Amino acid sequence: MPLNPNSSFTPLIVAFCCNWCSYAGADLAGTSRLNYPAQIKIIKVPCSCRIDPMFVLRAFQKGADGVILCGCHPGDCHYSTGNYYARRRITLFFSMLEYLGIEKERTHLEWVSAAEGNKFASTMRKFTEQIHALGKNERLEDIR
Amino acid sequence: MQKIGVFVCHCGTNIAGTVNIDEVVENAKHEPGVKYVAEYPYMCSEAGQSMVQKAIDEHDLSGIVISACSPRMHETTFRRAAARTKLNPFMLEMANIREQCSWVHKDKEEATNKAHALTRAAIAKVHHNTPLFPGESPVTKRALVIGGGIAGVSCALDIAEAGFVVDIVESTPSIGGKMAQLDKTFPTLDCSACILTPKMVDAQFHENINIHTYSEIESVEGFVGDFTITIRKKARSVDMKKCTGCGACYDKCPIKKIPGEFDEGLGMRTAIYTPFAQAIPNVPVIDREHCLKFKTGKCGLCETVCAPDAIDFEQEDELITEKYGAVIIATGITPISLDKFGEYAYTSPDVITSLEFERMTNAAGPTKGELIRISDKKKPKSITFIQCVGSRDVAVRSKTYCSKICCMYTAKHAMLVKDKYPDIEVNVFYIDVRTPGKNFDEFYRRAVEEYGVNYIKGQVGKVVDNGDSLWIQAVDMLDNKQIKTKTDLIVLATAIEPVKSVRNIAGMLSASIDTNNFMTEAHPKLKPVESPTAGVFLAGACQGPKDIPETVAGAGATAAKVIGLLAKDKLITNPCIADLDPYYCNGCSACEKVCPYGAISYEDTEINDHGKKAIRRIAVINKALCQGCGACVVTCPSGAMDLLGFSNRQITAEVDAICR
Ligand SMILES: Cc1cc2nc3c(=O)[nH]c(=O)nc-3n(C[C@H](O)[C@H](O)[C@H](O)COP(=O)(O)OP(=O)(O)OC[C@H]3O[C@@H](n4cnc5c(N)ncnc54)[C@H](O)[C@@H]3O)c2cc1C
Ligand code: SF4
Ligand code: SF4
Ligand code: FES
Repeated sequence: MPLNPNSSFTPLIVAFCCNWCSYAGADLAGTSRLNYPAQIKIIKVPCSCRIDPMFVLRAFQKGADGVILCGCHPGDCHYSTGNYYARRRITLFFSMLEYLGIEKERTHLEWVSAAEGNKFASTMRKFTEQIHALGKNERLEDIR
Repeated sequence: MQKIGVFVCHCGTNIAGTVNIDEVVENAKHEPGVKYVAEYPYMCSEAGQSMVQKAIDEHDLSGIVISACSPRMHETTFRRAAARTKLNPFMLEMANIREQCSWVHKDKEEATNKAHALTRAAIAKVHHNTPLFPGESPVTKRALVIGGGIAGVSCALDIAEAGFVVDIVESTPSIGGKMAQLDKTFPTLDCSACILTPKMVDAQFHENINIHTYSEIESVEGFVGDFTITIRKKARSVDMKKCTGCGACYDKCPIKKIPGEFDEGLGMRTAIYTPFAQAIPNVPVIDREHCLKFKTGKCGLCETVCAPDAIDFEQEDELITEKYGAVIIATGITPISLDKFGEYAYTSPDVITSLEFERMTNAAGPTKGELIRISDKKKPKSITFIQCVGSRDVAVRSKTYCSKICCMYTAKHAMLVKDKYPDIEVNVFYIDVRTPGKNFDEFYRRAVEEYGVNYIKGQVGKVVDNGDSLWIQAVDMLDNKQIKTKTDLIVLATAIEPVKSVRNIAGMLSASIDTNNFMTEAHPKLKPVESPTAGVFLAGACQGPKDIPETVAGAGATAAKVIGLLAKDKLITNPCIADLDPYYCNGCSACEKVCPYGAISYEDTEINDHGKKAIRRIAVINKALCQGCGACVVTCPSGAMDLLGFSNRQITAEVDAICR
């Protein structure tokens, strides 16, 4: 799905999804045949609290243009409290990204339940557009 | 180097319609470590599975990747297939090229590229997979119920009926809990003792139930399926085996003026006592704090009148240690203290709580069911009920939650008064009347429409006791005017809260409690009767305000879950759990604090630090408790923790492969 026909830029986006809600939400988007850009590539983790900020940095270092993290809605985490830890940790981490030379807008944290196939697809569409607008992530190229 | 096999599924046209399978196959062949690649129209079919199995054996594969549908769909299928070969089932990864690729993308080239990238990521991950082995742990087929209220008793009966042994530990001298103190119960107004006592008797005589009253939990060790728990049976000073329950002792006891707990201090009891007539067991207890024999060494009257010679002043606390597979917390609730609610003049004898009112209307209660003012023993001409005392208020002295049962029991109390004394005027001050539930709203409306109970929407600001009557200052919120009115007796629908001791119980069992001290469920919707700690279950009002129907229904659900656990001979544990490298652990406790299951503890361990042996405090993971969330892994400041199946190396390899 080329978002901007005039641009030759195809962003590379990594999505981390917790197994119980967001990964299942992505599956539902699939069974409901809801379209979203193919640039989104999902990595499954047991819970949003398993997402180490280092994975996000690694992705940027290796050339990702955007990284999106998804977990169960607050209160719904399969392990009860995982997404609370994730929310605190990731918010803090995001606030330090500019300092590392990565635009904050290249990241996003979203709660997607297993029933929200629609939300999953629309979130991915919106995020891809956002990354498109930002253009290529070139700032960390020197340390690749 | 691994020898990896890749199996690409067409899923009919589901995948093949959008993804160029040949290209995915061709690309996979060039990935490092890939020794064998195959495609098939339906990989999950019998034929597909045997093809995978055959390839594993023939090509001596050490890891496999199935590029097909979602692992949520068929991971188990393929793990089972792998298990039929010599390959460890955890040496398998799936690339989701259907739900997360062919079904959501239309452009064939884009979808094919993505299918390739996802397959590449799975191959990269498998390189770091290690064989994993599910653990096994034993299950002791015995349950422990803490708290002998209606929740504990009905849960125990349900478990016992299924053939498992259940022990009940109750801190007071008798089982029964709050329900035993009630007079009639909403919404049917049947007598509480009439429906409770038969259940208590059933529990007492059930061959699978052992009741330990006047007992406490002393210590807990172990985990799901294998708890070792020590119970302290406090010295009753009466031999349970000899006592016949005749009651001669308490008739003779000279200390008669102790405010009775069961009667909420409205009635007096003796130093040797049974809390109420239908107590189970019907064996008295000596309250050593008040007993003359214990205080002065003189008396012993009870001993002289006890025909079976059951009194034993020398009796000591007894410690019983037993193994259990499951523990049920059913410690219930109690009304909050009104010390900080000076405006309601609770210090006045004619201002009572709803639970005191229950005792007063009870025919077996301190006034034999007669409604009187405690101060002058006269029948009141008017009674005023005040709802929401200490509930639904953000002030520190109060509870923010709704106590849920008060609207209904206040309507009940109002009707009970009107039934017995139609001439007494009954007023109720309320903020909202909340009566959802089967036949509940009808019940409240009966109070208003049939019994003429006067409901006033308004908050009471002050109560003053002027000797022969009580003055109430309030605001009528519907007419927005001040009310000043006189009444003879005030009943406070006092907020309920969990018992204090539950904190200690929860601590010993590593079960979590919320800011109000209510027990937390493992999942608010999907696991409503389990605590987050495996093997620890919840029943009754210790989870949150509940009435009797809800308590009993919930206790049945709890029993079903417990039976499900006890029916197993052993527990197979998930092998994708936390994995510690003791060498890097500094014992900082960071991981212990984030683990929702209390799966981490510490042990002094000998570490070989560059040839130097040192004893260090190191984290230890309980494999039966860890659920593999990964919270501890990311929290560990030393990088000592990792997660099997989702290790740092595995995830990093996936990231790298996708970004390649
Ligand atoms: C004034 C009032 C009127 C009510 N009227 C009605 C009504 O009409 N209809 C209705 O449906 N509901 C009514 N209820 C609610 C009803 O009382 C509760 O739903 C019910 O008692 C909950 O049962 P439970 O077993 O969970 O708790 P509880 O009845 O509180 O029992 C808990 C038991 O655990 C024991 N325990 C506590 N801590 C420990 C420990 N650490 N170790 C060992 N044992 C321990 C306690 O001694 C007690 O025996 C009323 C409640 C009140 C306060
Ligand atoms: S992975 Fe989760 S459940 Fe297991 S020990 Fe770590 S925090 Fe506890
Ligand atoms: S957080 Fe890491 S270093 Fe600290 S105790 Fe746990 S494993 Fe050891
Ligand atoms: S399992 Fe989804 S956020 Fe924890």
